[in-house]
Amino acid sequence: MKLWTPLIAGTVLGLSVIPTLAFAQERMRDTTERKAPLKVWGAQFEELEYRYSDNDEEIGVWDADFFYGTDNFKARLLTSGEYSFEEQAYETLENQLVGQIPISDFFDAKAGIRFDTPEGPDRTYAVLGVAGLAPQWVEIDANFYVSKDGDTSAALDAEYELLFTNYWILTATLDATVAFSEDREIGVGTGLVSTETGLRLSYDLIDRAFSPYVGVVHERKYGNTADFARADGGGTESWFAVVGARLTF
Amino acid sequence: MKASLPVLALGLLLPVVGLAGEYNLSVDRVQIDTGDFVKEGIGYNGASPGPVLRFKEGEEVSINVTNNLNEMTSIHWHGMILPFTQDGVPGISFPGIKPGETFTYKFPITQSGTFWYHSHAGFQEPDGAYGAIVIEPEGREPFRYDRDYVVQLTDKHPHSGDRIMRNLKIMPDYYNREQQTVGDFFSEASKNGLMATVKDRMAWGDMRMMKADVEDLQGFTGLMNGKGPNQNWTGIFEPGERIRLRFINSSAMTYFDIRIPGLEMTVVQADGNNVQPVTVDEFRIGVAETYDVIVRPKEEQAYTIFAESMGRSGYARGTLAPEAGMVAAVPELREAARLTMADMGGMEGMDHSSMSGMEGMSGMDHSGMKGMEGMDHSKMAGMDHSGMEGMDHSAMGQGSMASAGGASDPFYAAGSGLVPTAANGGKFLSYADLRAQKPLYDEREPTREIELKLTGNMERYTWSINGVKYEDADPIRLQYGERVRFKFVNTTMMTHPMHLHGMWSILDVGAGQLNPIKHTVSVQPGTTVYMETEVDAPGQWAFHCHLSYHAAAGMFRKIIVEGGPESTQAASDDQSGDVGGDA
Repeated sequence: MKLWTPLIAGTVLGLSVIPTLAFAQERMRDTTERKAPLKVWGAQFEELEYRYSDNDEEIGVWDADFFYGTDNFKARLLTSGEYSFEEQAYETLENQLVGQIPISDFFDAKAGIRFDTPEGPDRTYAVLGVAGLAPQWVEIDANFYVSKDGDTSAALDAEYELLFTNYWILTATLDATVAFSEDREIGVGTGLVSTETGLRLSYDLIDRAFSPYVGVVHERKYGNTADFARADGGGTESWFAVVGARLTF
Repeated sequence: MKASLPVLALGLLLPVVGLAGEYNLSVDRVQIDTGDFVKEGIGYNGASPGPVLRFKEGEEVSINVTNNLNEMTSIHWHGMILPFTQDGVPGISFPGIKPGETFTYKFPITQSGTFWYHSHAGFQEPDGAYGAIVIEPEGREPFRYDRDYVVQLTDKHPHSGDRIMRNLKIMPDYYNREQQTVGDFFSEASKNGLMATVKDRMAWGDMRMMKADVEDLQGFTGLMNGKGPNQNWTGIFEPGERIRLRFINSSAMTYFDIRIPGLEMTVVQADGNNVQPVTVDEFRIGVAETYDVIVRPKEEQAYTIFAESMGRSGYARGTLAPEAGMVAAVPELREAARLTMADMGGMEGMDHSSMSGMEGMSGMDHSGMKGMEGMDHSKMAGMDHSGMEGMDHSAMGQGSMASAGGASDPFYAAGSGLVPTAANGGKFLSYADLRAQKPLYDEREPTREIELKLTGNMERYTWSINGVKYEDADPIRLQYGERVRFKFVNTTMMTHPMHLHGMWSILDVGAGQLNPIKHTVSVQPGTTVYMETEVDAPGQWAFHCHLSYHAAAGMFRKIIVEGGPESTQAASDDQSGDVGGDA
């Protein structure tokens, strides 16, 4: 016991000296914002548009993205939907809340939840995805979904920008969905479900904050999904003329 | 007669007491009118830029800085040798100046020349918080001039610094309007052939790098002493006079190529330290650098001072004229600068076989070249070194290779798309031309070398040193009394003006004792640059890339100088006398 006493006393004394020493060496700790991870927020409407189809259907469409976070972690809310003016109903309505972390120089991994609440049955999925910039400047967003009932599907979104000038930009997009299990209730069959291909010509009117565009969009359903659509009295293919704007805040 | 007695007494006392000057600066919200747009910004004593502070070497200054903002502020005296507590970096030298507070900076002036001051808090500097410092030397200057003007440049942008940072983080090419277009593709294809052009685009696309990535921030109006090109800042002269122009680049992000058509410029000072005079037609001023030049207009006519941005996206303009209101022609902007594969030289895993734009370098052995390090100059026989007279290759640490025919500068990667050339075909200043007028320190072997890789990811807009951002980095520890050799290896495709606070940066141009003494050293893409520092200032200091948004994104370090006299606050009077300054 006695042996320990000076040791403990010494330790206590030593510990009390440490802050002073640390101060002498590093006279002041940088607690300014500069030393903290840079926090960034962003809000972007990649698509905010009016669509007019070849069979006179009129729909409003948005595809937006809100994020907040640092280089190491971002929380991201993704929202997209199609609203039919005729039926006054959401044909699709999808909201995702994901966390995003970098996994390579050009790609991030995402994980989170997706809620689909359109007209008709709702769905909840777990989401796992990667997003980033592939070689040759192709923006990729690939996601894997598992529904609460265990139905699995995957979606791939690709985007490429062609610069006619530094202000006139042609954006080509391809969204494709594949289902690994059938979900008859929402009209999804196994295999390739659907594709949406778009070409939009935009002009950067105010910086990159407001870029109005016009374009064409082609939607198509495939395989079993197409059969279900026909059985339900719907079409399997549509062409749209679109007019809208890309917004970045 | 009676009145002269006290004056005489005072005059006798002065040398004993030393000069003391008191200065007052208020930090204010101000309006900035560039001629192209009006915006709210930050300035000093009600204006941006702030007043020119004129000090005298040997003077003991006290500067009262009153913060009229509703946020913390600070002033950093860029290039000044002073106790670290007076250096003005919040979180490193002091806690900053709170709203409504007055902070009194006190330090002795131990040097002379052209310097500047700016806020080191947030993005106040790009928002307008900067000004010039002119220090009159104690002794005679080694050059003559009849009058002098400060010519302070900046890249004033309609957006606030915070917004610019956020936009760059969201979309790194947000401000880049010089990207290659479909039109460029076809004109290149008709010139170089379709396959070559496709191959070229594929090579760049594969790296996800842009040739046009020269300036992150475009859409600015270049200001000269706070005036836009149309407001035309004018300096008056009488023909035959020698005019000293003190160029200061206070830009957030922009390098300028400066020329005065019709006039040669004799560079006499760089970063506040006299250099052996070198006469040039044009020079490039990095962000935060200063160059003093002497011009001698003999004609009774106006001359345009034209400062064109390195990426050619904008310019600042002013005039030298015998009378106010006279103007001279304003040159057109030259074609946008494009990076070449040579500028990617620092990137690992590069395929040199697909390097375009390196014509004239055949016969060189690219194998085993990685980031230009470890290059064997002996293998480079048969290369054309003309135009590089007077260079000491043995002392140059970098790939200093001249591509036959093309422009070359040992401080750029061979075949770099950024190598500057004079608009009139004449002499363009290179770092390699700079020689100190008088060495500040005795020549000695460095005690150690510290390698700093300048790193970053353009797509994420992250910038770092050795792959580590400031937020995650430990301080760099130096020992008082050592002489450190810093090795900068630029692995990015952007130019970084590296600025060390508190101690001089002796740039290695291969001139030994006569290496120029700077406070900011530009490191071009794909190059390695060395500088040496006599660690003679105790305390802790900032060390960073002076591009505002690179520094904020993480290309920043704290340096701690361990040991040495515990001078700083208490004993500043004893120590300050020998912490640098013009020898």
